[in-house]
Amino acid sequence: MDQPPPVPGVELELPAALTAEIDEIVGRYPQKRSAAVMVLHALQDHLGYLTPDAMEWTAARLELQPIHIYELVTFYPMFRQRPVGNLHLKVCRTLSCALAGSHQLHAHLCRKLGLDPHGHGPQTTEDGRVTVEFVECLATCGTGPVVLANDVFHEHVTPGTADELLKQAGVSK
Amino acid sequence: MAEEHRLITKQFREAGYTPDLDCYLRHGGYDTLRRALRVTPEQLRNEVGVSGLRGRGGAGFSCGLKWSLVDRRSGKPIYLVCNADESEPGTFKDRQIIHLDPHQLIEGMILACYANDVHLAFIYIRGEFAEGARILNLALTEARAKGFLGKGILGGTYDLDIHVHRGAGAYICGEETGLLESLEGKRPYPRVKPPYYPAVLGLYQCPTIVNNVETLCAVKHVLAMGGTEYAKLGRPNNTGTRLVCLSGHVQQPGYFEIEVGAVTFRDLIFDPAFGGGLREDRTLKAIIPGGASAKVFRADEKVTLGGPGLEGAGPKRKVDVLDLPYDFTTLTAAGSMSGSGGIIVLDDSTDIVAALANLSEFFAHESCGQCTPCREGSLWMAKILRRLGSGQGRAGDADQLLHIADNIPGGRTICAFGEACSWPVQSFVGKFKAEFETKEAGV
Repeated sequence: MDQPPPVPGVELELPAALTAEIDEIVGRYPQKRSAAVMVLHALQDHLGYLTPDAMEWTAARLELQPIHIYELVTFYPMFRQRPVGNLHLKVCRTLSCALAGSHQLHAHLCRKLGLDPHGHGPQTTEDGRVTVEFVECLATCGTGPVVLANDVFHEHVTPGTADELLKQAGVSK
Repeated sequence: MAEEHRLITKQFREAGYTPDLDCYLRHGGYDTLRRALRVTPEQLRNEVGVSGLRGRGGAGFSCGLKWSLVDRRSGKPIYLVCNADESEPGTFKDRQIIHLDPHQLIEGMILACYANDVHLAFIYIRGEFAEGARILNLALTEARAKGFLGKGILGGTYDLDIHVHRGAGAYICGEETGLLESLEGKRPYPRVKPPYYPAVLGLYQCPTIVNNVETLCAVKHVLAMGGTEYAKLGRPNNTGTRLVCLSGHVQQPGYFEIEVGAVTFRDLIFDPAFGGGLREDRTLKAIIPGGASAKVFRADEKVTLGGPGLEGAGPKRKVDVLDLPYDFTTLTAAGSMSGSGGIIVLDDSTDIVAALANLSEFFAHESCGQCTPCREGSLWMAKILRRLGSGQGRAGDADQLLHIADNIPGGRTICAFGEACSWPVQSFVGKFKAEFETKEAGV
């Protein structure tokens, strides 16, 4: 099948180590397009969120149209087009964690940080340091409530241990 | 007394057992692979067929049959993908395997790949398991360095590489054709079957096997002990061991490995070797037996088993739900399923409407949106449950929920998500209807 001609390359300042990593990722797959989600993860980890340039750069790198990347970023919940706090707390919303008190935990965190306890999507504090988000099942149902702090799982989280987490991250005293 | 039967999790609780290759090798790791490479792939496939192993991901499809359906004459490469997109609410076993014993999974994968003439395989791991992906990448690097992966494995002629591929937070990627779309770099819209059966037209339109993490670990044990021996564990058509995840209102939530069908719900919930009972002064209200999409059981429910035409051996009889053995066939015969092995226990403190509302929010959020009945229906159900839960219920809401849930599944959607979002609604409302009706307007 004929592919449409690739978009002209977009300039994106990336460290050499990252472009090398991306080259290695792309090389794993029989078809370049397969690497899209992995490349987006790598760019989001580096940039903090996916900018229009990052999406266009990915499209050009994989010889795709920008829509092919944009439709992924708008579908997959982990991709974001806005920055989040240095500490990103994902609180599990789903049943087993809810039975263990995750909704009270989410409300506690929001109140403590001046966010809307009824808010659902990612909410970031005014100083931009912490983001609290309700997410769906994190597959850690036996030890709820579960919080994913950046990439690290915290189990049996109580309001007390959540405060501890904020303290360790230097967010509150 | 009921007890665990640990094959896959044998070393998990052993002090000093670490996820590195040296530790795995000290415990006999990769011995099965060494032996397996001396026999033909056909012989290995035959062992898996004889074992009766059924998939541990949710559908319980025969692993041997799945492998036998692979188109081996197309001339195209055959791919294998390990489904590590563990996201069914109530299920938390695959992450344990990945974190505690990644080489067991990798050995199982290499065996499955060799048995099916696969030379390139992927582990599709959900995006939130970033730590799990790191652990697996480290283990794969170790395995490559020792010649268990790569060109000419263990000095022979078999080549294989395995890569870790991360998802990005979408439950639908656990559906195997959605997973393949995602792995191709697209939105994970499940494919229409027929014609897109993975065994024939899978990844890149090539024959593809998609197996769950636990299934691939079980393959290792099948080949280590032989299919016939493995089949002696469990019961006919429900062979081997499986991991059961217990969460909700029990004293000791956690994952347990059982001989399939050797323990009952009563054992799992109340036995000190398992759940250890309910919280003090509580009684059992309901059991979700196999992940959020499985139909709920009332604690006081009597289930009809056996009889002509019904699954579940023996004469027709009424069985207390707590006495149902935990296996594939019995729970299907009882009108639900063991699914992904996730049991959520609900005691009498549970607001049933709120519990269902919680699950319906999940399904509304996770519907991929491809098929109208599922996209709209899952959202309508969540909205109705939201208003019932917040004092805004309207007359007829319970029946309206049933009406919607009855009209999503049954071939109206491309994948089984239609069933998955409807079954909880049909069963919760059907079995606890009064609790929903008291929240309607004018009651």
